[in-house]
Amino acid sequence: MIDMQPHPRSIDAALAGAVADKSRASKASSRARGELWRRCVPYVFISPFFILFALFGLFPLLFSIVLSLHSWDPAAGLEAMQWVGLDNYVYALFQDDWFRRSVYNTVWIALVAGVPQHLIALPLAYFLHTAFGRWRNVVLGLYFLPFITSSVAISLVFTALFSRDFGIVNATLQALGGLPLIGGLFASGPIDWAQPEYTKWMISFVVFWRYLGWNTVLYLSAMQTIPKDLFEAAEMDGASRLRVFLHIVVPMLKPMAFLAVTLTLIGNLQLFEEPFILTGGTGGIDQGGRTAAMHMYRMAFSEGDFGTASAIAWLLFVLIAGATWANNRLLGDKAGKEGA
Amino acid sequence: MHRVAQCSIGLGAAQAGLQPAQASGASGARTVLTVASFPDLDRSVKVAVPGFAKLYPQVDIKLSSLAMADFPTAMTTALAAGANLPDVMAMDMEIIGKLAESAGLEDLSQPPFNALHWAAEVPAFAMAAARSSQGALAAFPVDLGPGALFFRLDLLDKAGLSERDLTASWDGFIAAGRQLRDKAGVYLMGSAVDIKDIYIRSSLRDGEGVFFDGRGRVLVESPRFARAFALAKAARAAGIDARVKAWSSEWVEGFRRGRIASQMMGSWLGGHLKNWIVPQQAGLWRSAQLPEGAYAAWGGSFYAVPKRAPNKRLAWEFIRYLALDRGQQMAAFRAQDAFPSLLSAHDDPYFNEPLPFFADQRARLLWRDAAHRIPAVDADPYDAVAIDVVNAQLEQVLERGMPIAAALAAARQGIERRVRRRRVAA
Repeated sequence: MIDMQPHPRSIDAALAGAVADKSRASKASSRARGELWRRCVPYVFISPFFILFALFGLFPLLFSIVLSLHSWDPAAGLEAMQWVGLDNYVYALFQDDWFRRSVYNTVWIALVAGVPQHLIALPLAYFLHTAFGRWRNVVLGLYFLPFITSSVAISLVFTALFSRDFGIVNATLQALGGLPLIGGLFASGPIDWAQPEYTKWMISFVVFWRYLGWNTVLYLSAMQTIPKDLFEAAEMDGASRLRVFLHIVVPMLKPMAFLAVTLTLIGNLQLFEEPFILTGGTGGIDQGGRTAAMHMYRMAFSEGDFGTASAIAWLLFVLIAGATWANNRLLGDKAGKEGA
Repeated sequence: MHRVAQCSIGLGAAQAGLQPAQASGASGARTVLTVASFPDLDRSVKVAVPGFAKLYPQVDIKLSSLAMADFPTAMTTALAAGANLPDVMAMDMEIIGKLAESAGLEDLSQPPFNALHWAAEVPAFAMAAARSSQGALAAFPVDLGPGALFFRLDLLDKAGLSERDLTASWDGFIAAGRQLRDKAGVYLMGSAVDIKDIYIRSSLRDGEGVFFDGRGRVLVESPRFARAFALAKAARAAGIDARVKAWSSEWVEGFRRGRIASQMMGSWLGGHLKNWIVPQQAGLWRSAQLPEGAYAAWGGSFYAVPKRAPNKRLAWEFIRYLALDRGQQMAAFRAQDAFPSLLSAHDDPYFNEPLPFFADQRARLLWRDAAHRIPAVDADPYDAVAIDVVNAQLEQVLERGMPIAAALAAARQGIERRVRRRRVAA
């Protein structure tokens, strides 16, 4: 008779084998899960950035491209969008005289406010680097103060300063006009700073004043990385401070100059807050202070033409990209080589 | 609450298929009605809350108030996205011009709102301002801004002038300004542009548009605009304006230092003068009708119901309470100088009270008279675009000496370019 009862030892062995198999499978599964988690965890940790970027960065970017090819009354909802092809671009480039004027104003202000920023910030940083010891950071902080102050507050203060009848600028000029000998150099009556021939100068001055400290900080921080032995060697050779500045500091700062000029280009070509507040949001008489970013805003929220406003945004992008490319050709390659 | 108005509210609720008791549902759960508004208009909402709570005890009013500069952008964005929309949306004359054509707002002339049933209760010009070109009623008026002239009587006396010298004609107004400048050394007005703004709106008849006719044609080359530009140019040449924009710090300072002797604006300017601009000049100011018999609206407020609002019927009940309840209208008038849009409230004794700031002049009666005479001008969605272009060309005339005919021709071309979409649609 066949013993149908399993042998206790073989049962134990089978059970042990099964348990071991299960344990192995479980371990393998657990290992696989762990492996999967290890692979995924970096993506999980980094995902908030991608989710937020997709929602608030990429989507608006892509949507504005779509929008620039449509006519859209935003108050009517998304279903009101109508395809118009390149009509918005054609209108902005060839028919919208205010857009052309605003681009001219933007480039004018970018140059007049931007070029002196660097021409003064560079020697100013060198002066701060060499003339001040432990007080350097305090002085630097004072120059940096306008950059961290609210642009709205700054613009309001300057509006009051440049007031025709009650501003301190005109009051000072008139007081100087009363001086003997040099009085004739100044205007006899109050200057109307809202006139188009002054508007761009006024905006440029505010922008220059505000960003001078920022560029000084950039140049000063780069200056501090220049090896001291270069300065010492120059001193040993009897080089004057001017020669040290021209032949050591300036060439060594070219990589930082490239970065600083690029930031100025991008910032100045997107200029909005200062001209908007200084001209009361209208661009001033004869649109003398209307910048491209202001025109884009008014096109969207005053004229209700979001399609053309989006097209202007992309045209502005092309302008900024072109200017940055030109700057790269001018300073970038040389800066890279010298940096290497 | 006034009995007649209460009946009216009840009738409206019944027509809208809603009874006060049903407003919050049979379960007794509370309903939150969201109202989006801006200062100072939001004060009338705060004033309305206790009275509305008596009618609808289960309804809570949630007031969301934004700064006036941000309000149009926020509402346009909410309508575009169809999200975070309030039940009741405030508007002023400028916003409604842009949004009246919008498909995002309920047409209040249609059921269940049937707002035209109460059209005769408010001035025709206020209803016209809220209508789209297709005849839809985008919002309902809750207060008005009848235009008036405010002036410093003491400065006029100093120059040997009287109120009549300012109001008889525009030419007389400019001549008086010259005399005021010569004898008192002050400007008559803040900006010569004000004359243009008033003149292009006066002499219009009901149903006519300011910048466009009924078929969308641009009207800026008409004799109306030519004379408006000529008057503004004459005022500037005479040196009678301070060349400052309204609400700028120079404008305010000009009044405070007695450098500007008059201002043409909505009747609500009286409250601003009294409360914060020149409270120390009480008794020196007077009010009069605009020169040459002109009557024009300066602002005015409206409330609309977005199509995607969650509580549309209740929203309409609240708007009707704000606009058609006499007690609420007068309370808002007392609280924030919001001139009542409800015509039946215009016989309130409050209108006849003397105003101490105006040396006990009964100025509200003047403003009431103006409100009854303002023509019902047709609003156009592109009015805001036209205003920008016309103002830019007027600056060319005033500052650059451009001939008026050339400036108006350029304005017509500029407007036609900017409203190209309508031309395509036509």
